Amino acid sequence: MTGNQNATDFDQLTELAKSLRKDVLIMTSEAGSGHPTSSMSAVEVMTSLYFGGIMRYDASNPSKPDRDRFILSKGHASPILYAVLAEAGYIKKDQLNTLRKIDSPLEGHPNMLRVPGVEASTGSLGQGLSMGLGHALNAKLDKLDYNVYVMMGDGEIQQGQVWEAAMAAANFNASNLVAIVDLNGYQQTGPVSSVTNPAAYAEKWKAFGWNTVEVDGHDIKATHQALVDATAYSDGPSAIIAHTKKGKGVSFLEADFSWHGRGVPKDRLEEALEEIG
Amino acid sequence: MTLGTRAGLEMGKATRDAFGRALQEIGASNDKIIVVDGDVANSTRAEWFGKDNPERFFNVGIAESNLIGVAAGLAACGKVPVAASFAAFLLCNAYDQIRMSIAFPKMNVKLVGSHAGISIGEDGPSQMGIEDVSLACSLPGMVVMVPADEQSTRKATQQMIEHVGPTYLRVGRGDVPAVYDENVDFQIGKAITVRDGGDVTLIANGLMVSAALDAAEELAADGISARVLDMHTVKPIDQAAITSAATETKGIVVAEEHLHNGGLGSVVASTVTSTVPCKMAFVDLDDKFAYSGDGDALLQEFGLTGEKIAEEARKIVQG
Repeated sequence: MTGNQNATDFDQLTELAKSLRKDVLIMTSEAGSGHPTSSMSAVEVMTSLYFGGIMRYDASNPSKPDRDRFILSKGHASPILYAVLAEAGYIKKDQLNTLRKIDSPLEGHPNMLRVPGVEASTGSLGQGLSMGLGHALNAKLDKLDYNVYVMMGDGEIQQGQVWEAAMAAANFNASNLVAIVDLNGYQQTGPVSSVTNPAAYAEKWKAFGWNTVEVDGHDIKATHQALVDATAYSDGPSAIIAHTKKGKGVSFLEADFSWHGRGVPKDRLEEALEEIG
Repeated sequence: MTLGTRAGLEMGKATRDAFGRALQEIGASNDKIIVVDGDVANSTRAEWFGKDNPERFFNVGIAESNLIGVAAGLAACGKVPVAASFAAFLLCNAYDQIRMSIAFPKMNVKLVGSHAGISIGEDGPSQMGIEDVSLACSLPGMVVMVPADEQSTRKATQQMIEHVGPTYLRVGRGDVPAVYDENVDFQIGKAITVRDGGDVTLIANGLMVSAALDAAEELAADGISARVLDMHTVKPIDQAAITSAATETKGIVVAEEHLHNGGLGSVVASTVTSTVPCKMAFVDLDDKFAYSGDGDALLQEFGLTGEKIAEEARKIVQG
């Protein structure tokens, strides 16, 4: 599939989001581990990005110099990235159930050397935005017209490197760089609010010189519009603070952050899939 | 600088100067080279490239982690980024970034760490890279080079750019003795026999090559013939040169301006142990931080001298 071909059909995107969410649940359940809930919070943003005509890419030519790039800096959400890459045609759908197996390229955290469409090897939190800035600067050097989207977690942006990159990107006026913060409210041991104040995130990005918007990260139209606007903004880098729910779509996952590193047990998978519908 | 005096070496330029000049020359004809700086380009000499090529020079600020990530992103797009800072800041501050953004995905980034060793002197331990070689060698696939002088650093810089894959080049601040002329045969992974000899082998890199040549001169006066190997590439190590030394001489002294654990000495010892075991001794910083002071005086205080190398060599020969 190639992005940016059709007029946006939000009903279709909504259905696709459901399907991707189910892929995440099934593959992590099969693997018996992984991070389904961190993946489920990111579904609508990634669906809009890849299938709502925002990103231009050609799955048959993953290293095309002027492709748009997506870097999943919160690498533990690899299941949703793999599900999206399968839907986009980079990898085969029947590979998804090999997640985390010894002979599978779909490792626990994304490995750019093994999976086409993975732009950066991530998993050590805080590094993706800097790499994204490198890609963004390259576009200016080579006079190429492409955009770079970097998704981070709300816990992840506690890493100092994120703010080093934020300062530098504004200084370099990297208007082709878009940061997305998946503000799902939880990190490994509890609510993000117990460690930092998520309410001030937008102000922080603004203070660092970023064009910043906040959006309901599960509203497919709103996320799409935020991405359209951020992409069009030409006076510096843009940040989208996406307010989301960890485990979105399955009530028993939403209710308990301790699902962070666990797959849904097989005996509860049907219940979870039914709720998504 | 008293090192190299006994060996009759003339003073040459600092290895950072040689790196900066070589990068400037290569950069003029290779537009894939990009410098990413952490606001120390005047110290690393990367600014000489930057002044000629401002559009290919990015100062990301005093932020080594981001520096490495930006370099990795540029490398992923096919550029050849040179990420230059002080050895201590680059390797120690940004180690996880070097590990995950460069080494693991095999990014073609050229790391250059300046101000290595205690010979930088007065600025003191916070600025002295003394564990950088160990850290760099620990990363799978990383090529690690510690050239001795101006001319070998020029060649090392050229080959670093030609090599495809992550590399680390260690350079120093002060002027150092000239071991070589411009015809030096420098090849990554191949030790240079600076002086041949049959009784004992002195393996050194960086500044300590000059000290080893001093030691060889001192030993010759005692009738001991010392071989001096410039092991400028610590990784991949020249196993053949080491096994020849272990076979043909009575033992090996390794000298380096670096901590004992994980540096050249460890790599040579590991090679010797798994091939041709022989007597060994080590002249290095042991397990100690240094302090501020005159660089030459610090080298004396920490035993990084020709005399110390000769003393260890005598013990091996006299058995």
